[in-house]
Amino acid sequence: MTASVTAARPPSDITKRSLPASIIIHALLIAASLLMLYPLLWMVSASVRPENEIFSSTSLIPSAVDFSSYVRGWTGLDITFGRFFWNSLVISLLVVAGNVIACSLTAFAFARLRFAGRNFWFAIMLGTLMIPYHVTLIPQYVLFLDLGWVNTILPLVVPKFLASDAFFIFLMVQFFRGIPRELDEAAMMDGCSAWRIYWKIMLPLSLPVLATAAIFSFIWTWDDFFGPLIYLNDMNTYTIQLGLRTFVDSTSASDWGGLFAMSTLTLVPVFFFFLFFQRLLIEGIATTGMKR
Amino acid sequence: MTNAMRTSAGTVTVERYQGVRADGRFRRLWNANAPGYLFLLPWLIGFFGLTLGPALISLYLSFTDFDMLRAPGWVGAANYVRIATADPKFASAMSVTLTYVVLSVPFKLTFALLVALALNRGLRGLPIYRAIFYLPSLLGGSVAIAVLWRQLFASDGLVNAALSHFGIVGPSWISHPSYSIYTLVALSVWQFGSPMIIFLAGLRQIPQDMYEAASLDGASKLRQFYKITLPLLTPVIFFNAVVQTIDAFKAFTPAFIISGGTGGPINSTLFYTLYLYQEAFGNFRMGYASALAWILVVIIAIFTTFSFLTSRYWVHYDD
Repeated sequence: MTASVTAARPPSDITKRSLPASIIIHALLIAASLLMLYPLLWMVSASVRPENEIFSSTSLIPSAVDFSSYVRGWTGLDITFGRFFWNSLVISLLVVAGNVIACSLTAFAFARLRFAGRNFWFAIMLGTLMIPYHVTLIPQYVLFLDLGWVNTILPLVVPKFLASDAFFIFLMVQFFRGIPRELDEAAMMDGCSAWRIYWKIMLPLSLPVLATAAIFSFIWTWDDFFGPLIYLNDMNTYTIQLGLRTFVDSTSASDWGGLFAMSTLTLVPVFFFFLFFQRLLIEGIATTGMKR
Repeated sequence: MTNAMRTSAGTVTVERYQGVRADGRFRRLWNANAPGYLFLLPWLIGFFGLTLGPALISLYLSFTDFDMLRAPGWVGAANYVRIATADPKFASAMSVTLTYVVLSVPFKLTFALLVALALNRGLRGLPIYRAIFYLPSLLGGSVAIAVLWRQLFASDGLVNAALSHFGIVGPSWISHPSYSIYTLVALSVWQFGSPMIIFLAGLRQIPQDMYEAASLDGASKLRQFYKITLPLLTPVIFFNAVVQTIDAFKAFTPAFIISGGTGGPINSTLFYTLYLYQEAFGNFRMGYASALAWILVVIIAIFTTFSFLTSRYWVHYDD
């Protein structure tokens, strides 16, 4: 299924188009690309600019390169950004594990096992895709508060081990259904248990979709602001997004250099994931229409 | 179970034979269904414990004055009545959110479609362009982008610096209630990358021979666009519109960061979700916030139903 989307279309009309036309199109696209990237490049350039130069220039090239903003930003709060990075990393990795494990188990049941009520539960699962999280937000908060989980990472991580991201279930069901039935039917004949089929046949064949889910899980969790905002109030537990927001509030307009330096740093992991796994990300969006 | 036995003569005898012993039948049921339910167990726990249960409790709380300190007290429809008749902040949050949805979604989809069309011509360097246009969408949910945006549209920010090259004195976009919403719309439009990728995927599904046939018949490029591309793309346009609209209703982070959590100036960026957050976690009016949450659900449900109902008049499904 993923293959059909990315398969290159025969470029039948390339030869027909005239040279000036393609130059114009490229020029427009390059101009649009620069416009898209300009704010990001400007931020990176502002983070290494001498402080007095940040607002005087719309140019992307600094007159001198100066990394002192990074030092000031890193240590600008009572707790260094190292702590926030660590917290974000732990949460993101656990969420990746939770989503991949729990969603693949669920998707395997829906895609490959026969049991009474399967279609009913599958319909319910699809229905949960449409429920905005605001509806369950307050009771969930009260529940996690009563459990003593506020100010820990548990409210952000445990639900993922209970397959709370229906989107990934849906994505994996679609993929699993594309794997030839003969494989597990033959294995079943040979007396393979459902678990062995899942573990030995389905998972190894599904690495692309598992990787897609893992990468999106990581990026979305890394970028998540709302969840940590609600559940983490102690600065020691802050994620990178909360740390950055606290930095915004504490420095207001005084240390723009530090602010842009830390903003740039928070984007670096996402950017690298993007660079290395672009193909998987784009296929994931194209085949399922994942948001963002 | 009994029906299955009657329909297939072959299995009847087997079923009866094994049905003699009650535990034999149970064992068969168990063997047939247990693996499925065991695999489903984490999801089932999550569904009942984190989705269905909380949703029902939230519905109940919306009829109470729950404030986290005392047990919830039943107030009937009072929350809903107040929302409908006596809450200017609700009215303003709703109008800000609707403005945002109505402005950002069409612009975003138009850009996404135009760029997808430009890219879908067997261009050299397509993967690079596609990546560049998609990057802002991927980074978009983060605080850093909201911080950057706040700077771009500050009174001494980049946008005004660029305008001053043309001799235009720009307003202080962020702190002026008439303009602040447009900065957020601009941010959303900048992130047109993911609908663009879905459009690109949709464009590739359109068979090339349709264009070739149309060319032979002498149809102009423009006519081909209106008669072939657009109709065949309507399912994808519909999908993108629904997804983006629901997403726009739920927008939170940029408004929170850019306004410092206040939704100001003068509630001009008080998105619905931001108001809900303020009521629940700022004022601890949990009952009231639950009612707000349910109204959001109803609005999204009405919108989605309406979209699906009207879609049969303009969405072309190929059968």
